Amino acid sequence: MSRAEAVLPAEGQPIDQVPIVRVTGLEKSFGPLKVLDGVSFAVQPGQMVAVVGRSGSGKSTMLRCLNGLEDIQGGTIEICGHQVGRPGSWNKAQLRSDVGMVFQSYNLFPHLTVERNITLALTLVQKKPKADARRIALAVLEQVGLAEKAQAYPEQLSGGQQQRVAIARSLALSPQVMLFDEVTSALDPELTVEVLKVMEDLSRGGMTMILVTHEMGFARRVAHSVIFMHRGRVWESGPTAELFARPQTIEFQQFVGSVL
Amino acid sequence: MNYDFDFEFLADRWPDFLAGAWLTIQLTVVAIVLGFALGTLCAVLRVYGHPLLRRLVGGYVEIIRNTPLLVQIFIVYFGIATLGLKLSAETSAIIALVINVGAYTTEIMRAGIESIPRTQIEAADCLGLKRLQVILHIVLLPAMERVYPALSSQFVLLMLASSITSQISAEELTAVANLIQSDTYRSFEVYIVVAIVYLALSFLYRIAFWLIGGLLFVRRRRLGTAL
Repeated sequence: MSRAEAVLPAEGQPIDQVPIVRVTGLEKSFGPLKVLDGVSFAVQPGQMVAVVGRSGSGKSTMLRCLNGLEDIQGGTIEICGHQVGRPGSWNKAQLRSDVGMVFQSYNLFPHLTVERNITLALTLVQKKPKADARRIALAVLEQVGLAEKAQAYPEQLSGGQQQRVAIARSLALSPQVMLFDEVTSALDPELTVEVLKVMEDLSRGGMTMILVTHEMGFARRVAHSVIFMHRGRVWESGPTAELFARPQTIEFQQFVGSVL
Repeated sequence: MNYDFDFEFLADRWPDFLAGAWLTIQLTVVAIVLGFALGTLCAVLRVYGHPLLRRLVGGYVEIIRNTPLLVQIFIVYFGIATLGLKLSAETSAIIALVINVGAYTTEIMRAGIESIPRTQIEAADCLGLKRLQVILHIVLLPAMERVYPALSSQFVLLMLASSITSQISAEELTAVANLIQSDTYRSFEVYIVVAIVYLALSFLYRIAFWLIGGLLFVRRRRLGTAL
């Protein structure tokens, strides 16, 4: 637990920089079941943070709390300047414009073309003219390597392609932070690679990303820092290389041993 | 059996049949459009609305689905008159039909809306869409696509059931037939003609719903796959 409360610096960045995400003492229960029991961590702008841990350790719930999809019972969440979680203390519309989220099941809208999936929020939420929205859609599709699929429907794409469109859709709204909830868990290894590639590129471009993932190889290679969750807590966390080189807790050692 | 069929009345009464059919079309198209709007609104309220509203809608649906259409028509027709409002038989008929088909539409659309995964709504929410935008752009069209066969069948049934409005002398197709058979005493033949006209109308409606479906569900039209 020695490094659990530490502010995680991105490589080459000063440690006293203001974090863009700061979670303190987060508590979340589903009825009598306590899922998060005092989670604290902070993320610096431009960092990619991988959240790892066994199933049921509270990773996904924590991520959903960050985006205000779950109400919380205790602690504070500050993300891009928004105080999330307590009813009435944050503006959902503003949060949505700053924080993007990508899901395990892609959640593309099946009745809309790829392009319309992306332009929908641009026109409805950001009130951009159609031509502008279109230009943005094509640009982000280009970024994920799917520009030629603009007029296709989700069902015509492979799982990996659908997930890349989902990332593009989120990206189009120019968020400051992106949350990824086990985005490759539904994909076979071959398709996983193409999605991870897109995420790696995003991180290189300076996007702040928090990803819940089972891809330990990817986390170890690409993430700036890692948070290991266990029993609803941040059991161990720190810069990736250091954490994997010298795990402090027996639980993390066992976890790493079981997945790598 | 020795029965001589005599369709001679058609020679000078066919415009009456046509006028009756035209009124049937007018009554039922208006009732279908308004009933669909009412039913869709009620379905949304039933799934997403305040608990009190949900119950209210549930009560409306159960009352309508468990009473005869004819009785509903009489209640609307005589009820409105008792309240001192003077409405034509046709207007009363439309109101009763709207209330009736609205209830059935509510149930059908509710099934469609509930079939949309929560994750779709969550994804739309995360993109910043407001609740109403989510319903309008993400939920309703796929919901409707999934229940469209049931919906269009219900609307064809409504068109057929509109024959009952002849009981409050709305001058639609069946009322016209009643009139002609009392003039000519060729009851059998008159109702055979009317049956054929209804059959043609049903066919017409089904083609219309097929075309509307093609217009609404672009993805389905292009790919030919079910949602």
